[in-house]
Amino acid sequence: MTRSTGHGARNALPARLLGALAIGPAVFLGVFYLWPFVTLLARAAGVDDGALGVLGRAATWRVVWFTTWQAVLSTVLTIVIGLAPAYVLARFRFRGRRLLGGLLTSAFVLPTVVMGAAMLALFPPSLERGVLAILAAHVTFNLAVVVRTVGAVWRHLPEDMEAAAATLGAAPGRVAREITLPLLWPAVLAAASIVFGFTFTSYGVVRVLGGVARSTVEVEIWRRATQLGDIGGAAVLAIGQLLVIGAVVAWSTAQQRRHTRALDLRARTRRRRPRAGRERLFVAATAAVTAAVVVAPLVALVERSLRTRTGHSLEAWRTLGRPELRRGIRVGVDPLAALGHSATTAAVATILAVGLGALAALAIAAAGRHGRWLDVGLMLPLATSAVTIGFGMLITFDQGPFDWRASWWLVPVGHALVAVPFVVRSVLPVLRGVDPGRLAAAATLGAAPARAWWEVVVAHLWRPLLPAAGVAAAISLGEFGATSFLSRRGGETVPIAIERLLGRTGAVLQAQAYALAAILAAATIAVVILLEPPEERVDALTRAGTDARRS
Amino acid sequence: MLAVRDVTVAFDGHRVLDHVSLTAEAGEVVALLGPSGSGKSTLLRVIAGLIDPDAGTVSIDGQDVTHLPTHRRGVGLVFQDEQLFPHRDVGANIAFGLRMQGVDRATQTARVDELLALVGLPGFARRAVTELSGGESKRVALARSLAPRPRVLLLDEPLTGLDRELHDRLAGELADILRASGTTAVLVTHDREEAAAVADRVVTLDGADSVVVELTAAETHDLRRAVLRTGTPSDEVVLPGDDDPATVHLGLRDDRGRVVATSTWRPRPAPHEVGGGGAAAVQLRMMATDPALQGTGLGGRLVEAGVAWAFSRGADVVWANARDTAVDFYRRHGFDVVGASFVTESTGLPHHLVVRHRPR
Repeated sequence: MTRSTGHGARNALPARLLGALAIGPAVFLGVFYLWPFVTLLARAAGVDDGALGVLGRAATWRVVWFTTWQAVLSTVLTIVIGLAPAYVLARFRFRGRRLLGGLLTSAFVLPTVVMGAAMLALFPPSLERGVLAILAAHVTFNLAVVVRTVGAVWRHLPEDMEAAAATLGAAPGRVAREITLPLLWPAVLAAASIVFGFTFTSYGVVRVLGGVARSTVEVEIWRRATQLGDIGGAAVLAIGQLLVIGAVVAWSTAQQRRHTRALDLRARTRRRRPRAGRERLFVAATAAVTAAVVVAPLVALVERSLRTRTGHSLEAWRTLGRPELRRGIRVGVDPLAALGHSATTAAVATILAVGLGALAALAIAAAGRHGRWLDVGLMLPLATSAVTIGFGMLITFDQGPFDWRASWWLVPVGHALVAVPFVVRSVLPVLRGVDPGRLAAAATLGAAPARAWWEVVVAHLWRPLLPAAGVAAAISLGEFGATSFLSRRGGETVPIAIERLLGRTGAVLQAQAYALAAILAAATIAVVILLEPPEERVDALTRAGTDARRS
Repeated sequence: MLAVRDVTVAFDGHRVLDHVSLTAEAGEVVALLGPSGSGKSTLLRVIAGLIDPDAGTVSIDGQDVTHLPTHRRGVGLVFQDEQLFPHRDVGANIAFGLRMQGVDRATQTARVDELLALVGLPGFARRAVTELSGGESKRVALARSLAPRPRVLLLDEPLTGLDRELHDRLAGELADILRASGTTAVLVTHDREEAAAVADRVVTLDGADSVVVELTAAETHDLRRAVLRTGTPSDEVVLPGDDDPATVHLGLRDDRGRVVATSTWRPRPAPHEVGGGGAAAVQLRMMATDPALQGTGLGGRLVEAGVAWAFSRGADVVWANARDTAVDFYRRHGFDVVGASFVTESTGLPHHLVVRHRPR
């Protein structure tokens, strides 16, 4: 910051200090992201029948086709269904409004495997593994994206503008078409591209709900890499997917820029109570249906954890700690141990992510323009699917002298890689918000540049770190994509255990999976909410969700 | 012609408008004056159909539009903050209402040019509305509302937020434009000078700053005469017994001391239909309200004040000969209708005997 604000190079932080701050995050990024990424590129380029050969296979196209249409359909459904709650939450004051917002964001931060399990629990056996359940999971997850992204703009769209159109003779449908939708369009596009990104790269949900027949590109990467040993083919798909997502993001950014209107963003319409009887009914119905959509899967989850062949009991919960199904018969998954592994992994990943993220944010803020490279570099893992990250690490660190596959710490490192961008994003604005005048003031009072920086800037580091830690922990707890590549036998985290248990037959094992999913859901929501100052909770949930989703 | 009758609007149990009436003749520009919070803007929104009244009716050109949705009322509304559509240019904003009417493109273009000329912005059609200055935005908003030729044009503080010089210039232009287009208009403002500059008639929506006082017979006659002159039907100016020492004239003065409403209360036995023979009775003789303030609830305040006065002086009954059109007004103030309709000699109009008894 000192350099960019230009109050003299002599007052800048010493380059050595900057270097010391940046070196850790830069090395971490280089070793665990860039190197695996280059390896991935090399493997994709080295495929026997060439990258085009992989893409030309009919099997590949079946996967790409399914991935695309389910993503498009999920996106359209989420937008269409999400507009009503977005409108109601943005425009009206009613009892339970905050609770409803909280419910939506809670659904958003659920780990993907938990959401998959919840839909399994909710749907009848005939539909439980199929497109319908996948779409339901995607919509429930992403309603919060529409509600927040579109709702934020809706709050700035004056009701009087619609009233103005009405006085000029526009019927309600015409007002929606001519005024409301065009002005909301950039936000709708933004929400759609986020939802499309999530659903196109959907992994955990599809692993749980897709059965054998339904594969997204993400699942196919995992299948080829770990089940079929087709590393090259998997690498081609990973790179191809990255290009598609990049293109979609670029297109939607350009579109949003083209359609952005000068709505007065300072003016906020005050939320009002619904007035006429019909309006009240609409608000109540929308709120009730939305709440039901979000709550039903979670209730089903708990119910199924209590269900046995004959009725309901706590048997599954009591037997969580017993790895042996019957004496001598092991299922290979130890639920209680998985909880322990998840806790340890989350703790290590959180410490790593918070430490590296804080250093990086300090370096980026202090280096001004030069900090951009580190900033962009650390955002790259965010743009890469977690499966791709895990896959890259798997094929990079599987041979001497860097054969780290058996190391317990590779999983938390993967998690930290996914979480660091979020730590940086929550800390950086606070640091950048520090008035540079205060540095000047400290300097005139006799503080050397490093001392002034320590007293004035670093003092602001701690407040945003706590919520950032919550987000990092939530990400790690729910992470499934990278973990499914990096997990060691005997070191399974909870999401891995849930997925395994759901694949087994046996009522108790199934119920155990649901019990674990319920625990994980509660832990994820709690860790985000507890570490957040109340007024920022909802924002944090969304940020966390953006991130947790990637696993 | 616009007629608002007895409109009541309550938000969260608080009455913003309480039995308000307002009329505007064809081509007339009426200014609604009052401090903020007096319900002026709410009344405009009721007329536009943006707020449903809890009671009362709105009619335009004789058609009851109370239950008609906004877009079918033919009412234009100029918003205080313009509410121009940011995704359309100036021309498309002005043409919006014409497009809703299905007017063909050539006619739209011609009308847009005509209106831009009228508001003094020729050649502005392709400008982005986000690049307009404050004054230009106001002009475009006015042009947009005028374009579809609304039956009534409502203006909600259309000149607020401009600096004094621009404000005064635009007020003059607004008056000219409204005259030139022959539009029936209701202008809401809190600025007396603006109201006087733009409107044919000024109505104050808030009677709260006037006080009930006892008037001389002469003062009462002056207002009756003024009301008579502006065409409001009235029986006569001087009634027998006005000078009787027992007669009391109660009235309201505004904050400048002007008499804006009068009522006359005369101790006089009630007709035999009322019953109760020798009960002490007071007759409410005649009420008159400044035309600019009619429908603002002043009459109601006088009735309540007079009834309280009569009962406090030992009267058991207050009665009046109410013109048929005023019967509902008296009912709202606790009067009962007694007997059949009759025609008074002095007016030739149908009347009812209305009575309010002292509560036991």
